Amino acid sequence: MDEMEAIRATFFAECEDLLGDLEAGLLALKAGAVDEDTVNAVFRAVHSVKGGAGAFSLEALVGFSHAFETSLDELRKGRLSPGAEVVAVLLRASDVLADLVSAARDDRALPQEFGAEVVHELEGLLTVQDSVAPSPAFTAPPAEAPAPGAPSFAFTPVNIAFEAEAPPCAWIVCFRPLDGMYAAANDEMLLLRELERLGAAEVTADVSGLPDLSELEPERPRLAWRVRLTGDDLSEARIREVFEFVGDDCDVTVAQEAAPETVPEPLADAGPDDAVAEVLARIAAETAPPEQAGPPAAPEEPAATAPAPAAALAAQGGERRDVQATIRVDLDRVDRLINLVGELVINQAMLGQRVVEAGLAKSSTVAVGLDDLEQLTREIQDSVMAIRAQPVKSVFQRMPRLVREVAAATRKQVRLVTEGEGTEVDKTVIERLSDPITHMIRNAIDHGLESPADRVAAGKPAEGVVRLSAMHRSGRIVIEVADDGRGINRDRVRDIAVERGIVDRDATLTDEEVDNLIFAPGFSTAPAVSDISGRGVGMDVVKRSIQALGGRISISSRPGEGSTFTLSLPLTLAVLDGMVVTIGDHTLVIPISVIVETLRPRAADVRPFGSSRVLTVRGAAIPFVDVATAFNWRRASTEAAAGVTLLVESEVGGLIALGVDAIQGQRQVVIKSLEQNFRQVDGIAAATILGDGRVALILDVDGIVAARRRGQPAVAPEPFLQAS
Amino acid sequence: MSSPNVADRRELISFCIGEQEFCVDIRAVREIRGWTPATPLPNTLGYIRGVINLRGAVLPVVDLGSRLEIETSAPTERHVIIVVQIGQRTIGLLVDAVSDILTVDEDTIQPAPDVGCDANRAFVRGLIPSEGRLISVISLDGVLPDVPVEEAA
Repeated sequence: MDEMEAIRATFFAECEDLLGDLEAGLLALKAGAVDEDTVNAVFRAVHSVKGGAGAFSLEALVGFSHAFETSLDELRKGRLSPGAEVVAVLLRASDVLADLVSAARDDRALPQEFGAEVVHELEGLLTVQDSVAPSPAFTAPPAEAPAPGAPSFAFTPVNIAFEAEAPPCAWIVCFRPLDGMYAAANDEMLLLRELERLGAAEVTADVSGLPDLSELEPERPRLAWRVRLTGDDLSEARIREVFEFVGDDCDVTVAQEAAPETVPEPLADAGPDDAVAEVLARIAAETAPPEQAGPPAAPEEPAATAPAPAAALAAQGGERRDVQATIRVDLDRVDRLINLVGELVINQAMLGQRVVEAGLAKSSTVAVGLDDLEQLTREIQDSVMAIRAQPVKSVFQRMPRLVREVAAATRKQVRLVTEGEGTEVDKTVIERLSDPITHMIRNAIDHGLESPADRVAAGKPAEGVVRLSAMHRSGRIVIEVADDGRGINRDRVRDIAVERGIVDRDATLTDEEVDNLIFAPGFSTAPAVSDISGRGVGMDVVKRSIQALGGRISISSRPGEGSTFTLSLPLTLAVLDGMVVTIGDHTLVIPISVIVETLRPRAADVRPFGSSRVLTVRGAAIPFVDVATAFNWRRASTEAAAGVTLLVESEVGGLIALGVDAIQGQRQVVIKSLEQNFRQVDGIAAATILGDGRVALILDVDGIVAARRRGQPAVAPEPFLQAS
Repeated sequence: MSSPNVADRRELISFCIGEQEFCVDIRAVREIRGWTPATPLPNTLGYIRGVINLRGAVLPVVDLGSRLEIETSAPTERHVIIVVQIGQRTIGLLVDAVSDILTVDEDTIQPAPDVGCDANRAFVRGLIPSEGRLISVISLDGVLPDVPVEEAA
């Protein structure tokens, strides 16, 4: 059962990839790529989803993907040209398919008629060229189109015409798997088993295609099969259904038996050889007369065609290397490796420190060896981190659909341009990028872009452009969402901020400060909460989720030219950029991402305020927290202001000032959990291990704020922007 | 060994805190190491000495003496940390010194007398009289505050 669950999980993981490929392919088609590879890739993606869905009996998914696949097949065969309208239908179909997949994954029931409209549209595509579409009744594939590289004696499908008036008793099903069948995870045994379910089956194998053992390639099917089926309600359609997933990877003929009273005898008595001979004789008759095909020729044929399989193998070999270029690995294993490497790095740093302490010369062999070790450990760490790194493509891929939907809902014309999809970032970060980006794009389309009419009136093209880009910059990943819309209406933003009490009416604000007001909690510029950007969450939620990842977000806007949201994130959540500070004998790490400013206040700047203190900075009063006192490491001291103060931004309480004794410097630290062996500690986010091997604690700013509030109900006022 | 019921024999590591001797099941012990200064944690209970680095893992160190409400002195380099596994957690127990490995039959462990001390009742599950010594068998469940105390009732 568990195993099945695991396979199911793998299927859905693969579906994600396939849907991504599908969408990418369709977008390429939309952009005008009409090469065979793209079309084939699209077809394969849908086909694989259908195959997997069939295995898990996800009928709605199978049904829809079948309809989808049928249209794509027409496209693949060149009977349907990928015009703009066709591609639009296909894109809609891919959206429906994605919904069906996610519904199936979460075991959600969708309405019966879900996607019916799109199925109808897909069928509409087919009827346009119905005249060339194959009739539902079976027609044998043309004999002149054997699979490339197949031996010349390959079992050409035989269309056996029988008299229709004979009472239907038995069906003869002949099938010969072609080269690609095993690669598509199909197997004759499964087909035979399925056939057996339909009725009594007599199976004979055609072994004439078998080469010498030395030339046998396990991945190429060599046997052909003849199955005589007898049963009550057999029909060609039912038999064909068995081969539904095999598609073009197998030559199949289905026919009713001509003379039921005579055939059983030879089959029963003479065994396979006769049946094979019979089939081969038919081949001989149908293939070109001069060619000496048939049983006598069989032994020579493999030798004669040997180069072809070899070439095919070489080609396959190349392909196989591509396929095995990636492996799926349990994330736990990678995490364990990352932990171990983290420890190696710490150990190596400790060793280095000991060597220095021992007073060995820099040129000593030990010191030189240690330098090499350091180089190696650093490289190992980078490589290990690279294992978890993934391109942001997986997130970016989901955006075109979002843009289509939001554009449709807002009646705007939008083109999404993505750049830097290959930029890599840690998997844990990727997973949490999707929501903020989704929100920013919704926001850009809904608030940023004007309606087509307004755009034209402003002298811009009717179609707005939203640019989503990713890049690496100084050890962080920077993601930008830019639109070419109207930009931020600063007067309006200001009015709203004043109205909601976020900012003082007389405050003098720079343009930048006004722009950043949209991140203030409870701010939403849409006059009516729209279906698109509304939902009660605003940019403040985006900002908070970005900060929770140790990132920052900012906006720059030019009236009439558009706005750009820039968010920068650490490349991994396993490592943190921290400011190492000392308080008495203690060493603490404060995440750089929350630090706004460091300063050395004069004693007079820290004033008592009720039971606590506030720090005045450039006219603003900010709650002051002496970390040592907060942690009970020291009695409330009078000369705390003699140390250094860090202005930090907390998620819950705005700016606060943290008093510490001294700053040691900035360092990248590996995050270690306290909960694993102990439990959550108030005011502490996690721990890390410094170069000297000692544990240092990482400060949780929000925890300190929360603890203060619990401890002192009458807290200092919220920081506020004040007129200067 | 010719003992008929090996299952009833237990191996225990004994150690001392102040004047008293204690022991824990050897199967729970991962390693024994010298005292290294621990990083104190704010806002925690007094018997948590802090956290130390054990090859990359962050371990809390419980001052077993103060947990058992015995007078203890500040740890020195001669103190020892016994690293034990309790359920999924690994923690360090700060003790004065490790003395012995004992092999005892389960039935030689006597129930602990009630001396009206809560800490004793919670953590001492039995006594072993041995050659004039009296060794308390410590139950590790409940040494950490949020690990359920099974013997509490």
